[in-house]
Amino acid sequence: MSLLELRELNKHFGGLHVTNGVNLTLEPGEIHCLIGPNGAGKSTLFRLILGEHHPGSGDILFAGENITALKSFARIHRGLSVKFQVPGVFKGLSVRQNLEIALQSRHRGAGLEAEIGRLLTFLGLESEQTQTAGNLSHGQKQWLEIGMAISLKPRLLLLDEPTAGMSPEETHMTGEMVQRLNADGMTVLAIEHDMAFVRQVARRVTVLHLGQVFAQGSIEEIVANERVAAIYLGQAHA
Amino acid sequence: MTGLVSFFRRLEGPQTVGRGPAFWSLFAVVLAAALAYPLFSDGYTVGNTVYFFVWVFIALSLCVIWGYGGSLSFGQTAFFGIAGYGYGVLTLNFGSAYGFTLVALVAAVAIAALFAVLLGYFMFFGRIAGVFLGIVTLAVTLMLERFMAQTAGPEWHIGSARLNGFNGMSAMPPLTIPWPGEPIVLFADVGLYYLVLGLLVLVYLALRILMNSSFGNVIVAIRENPERAEMLGYDIRKYQLITFVIGAALAGLSGVLYTVWGQYITPSSMSMTAAALPLIWVAVGGRSDLTSTVIGTLVVLAAFQALTIYGSQYALVFMGVLLVLTVLIAPNGLVLGVMNWLGRLATRFTQKAG
Ligand SMILES: Nc1ncnc2c1ncn2[C@@H]1O[C@H](COP(=O)(O)OP(=O)(O)OP(=O)(O)O)[C@@H](O)[C@H]1O
Ligand SMILES: [Mg+2]
Repeated sequence: MSLLELRELNKHFGGLHVTNGVNLTLEPGEIHCLIGPNGAGKSTLFRLILGEHHPGSGDILFAGENITALKSFARIHRGLSVKFQVPGVFKGLSVRQNLEIALQSRHRGAGLEAEIGRLLTFLGLESEQTQTAGNLSHGQKQWLEIGMAISLKPRLLLLDEPTAGMSPEETHMTGEMVQRLNADGMTVLAIEHDMAFVRQVARRVTVLHLGQVFAQGSIEEIVANERVAAIYLGQAHA
Repeated sequence: MTGLVSFFRRLEGPQTVGRGPAFWSLFAVVLAAALAYPLFSDGYTVGNTVYFFVWVFIALSLCVIWGYGGSLSFGQTAFFGIAGYGYGVLTLNFGSAYGFTLVALVAAVAIAALFAVLLGYFMFFGRIAGVFLGIVTLAVTLMLERFMAQTAGPEWHIGSARLNGFNGMSAMPPLTIPWPGEPIVLFADVGLYYLVLGLLVLVYLALRILMNSSFGNVIVAIRENPERAEMLGYDIRKYQLITFVIGAALAGLSGVLYTVWGQYITPSSMSMTAAALPLIWVAVGGRSDLTSTVIGTLVVLAAFQALTIYGSQYALVFMGVLLVLTVLIAPNGLVLGVMNWLGRLATRFTQKAG
């Protein structure tokens, strides 16, 4: 059974048809990248999956269950988790407290302390733990939010541009993080503009353009696809 | 011993300023002074102090809802009024025998809380937030004030309690504790002082525990970023509603104690001015910290009263100026700013010594 299945998803914002009959299937254990020009509707698709927006028509199936009508927090309880495009950390709280809030529903007392420690190490944020999250660099905020998202031990992790604002080295480290999580059994769907990252992690790539699935395949197939190159070039000229 | 240590640990955390032996020693000294104070003062002055203490509860209610929860509510005075009138109606009808005034106190607070459940459910489950929450709560408060103000006629009564329009309700019995022999009547002096002080300490400590618990974590998380909080799996509407109801109960407690203290309650306790004043105390003190809120409220109230001697219009202007100064100098609150500064000083001092 596939882990996530989007069936004919449609979403309008007024006259704007932001997702147009999107079909997408994710198998358990894969790392899938979603690419596409700015405004293609990628983040909107995430918000539909998470229940922040509701589709005009179409269905969302998670592990075989139709979750289209569920509230966001209920979808999270089913095993979804997200890192937003604009890092959504709790800016006024310490790094440590950010992780505590994410972890506290699954751990208590000494177990909680140990989990926070493990996560800080995984993220490379040990020396920042007492800092206010709002004072972190953009890349560190991204990591912190990834840490909060994986605290929930999700079955499907949604990452919206996880490497935005990162140096090539940091991007590579993020790629390794994602691969380690995937090796532990987490399925990942990542929106990403950085092709180095996509090459590093993705097994399958979906190109979204004007709210529609434009192409799908392995990274090699996508890179070799001239029509895909054309939409990016078209945008560069626009 | 370990029980005591773990109790103190639950009182401390990132959500409250003040921790460690130094803070709690100071706390003990202040508490001892507060306990001894009536011995060195007269009944009238002690009664006046009770009046200050009464307002701290509504300030704390705003601290919880606004400072910690991030929802600016103008509705606290509505709950204050509802509970105050509730106490009046209950005791004027049923009297003060058999400890009924204490039942009425609890019932009046419960009525305010129930009202908050209804209003809060409509707001939070209707996803009303930010400015709109302020507008809705203010509208409810002013509507209640208007409504109570036009109840002058004899047709407006609940049982034998006349509502009396703008003149308000009066002559309700003071709190009375049943006692073998003779019941203890808590008039607005030493007796009421100890009760209110006890409640204040209890509420303060309970709120410290609550705010440093995992519940408190979620509350501040919602303030910082509601979307993120929801995407960690929290049903934020429930948490907001519970916080709102706790706040309403505290404001209601303020209202009952105020009514008990002065033995009257009027619609003007729900007026625009009445709704604005607690906002100023809390903002000036430091809305995101319980201790700063308590200190700020008491200091501003004392200053306000001292200035009223020269004319209440000056006192109101002073409050306005104070608010502007706070926003400009220490947006998180003047008392909180000072407390944080003292905290940093103490750390530096202990580091040097160690
Ligand atoms: N809440 C909204 N109301 C109206 N229009 C919206 C809303 N959210 C997104 N849009 C529009 O929908 C389109 C798709 O937006 P979306 O954020 O999904 O794009 P994206 O593919 O994530 O782009 P980017 O790569 O820039 O993040 C854009 O034209 C955007 O302006
Ligand atoms: Mg986007």
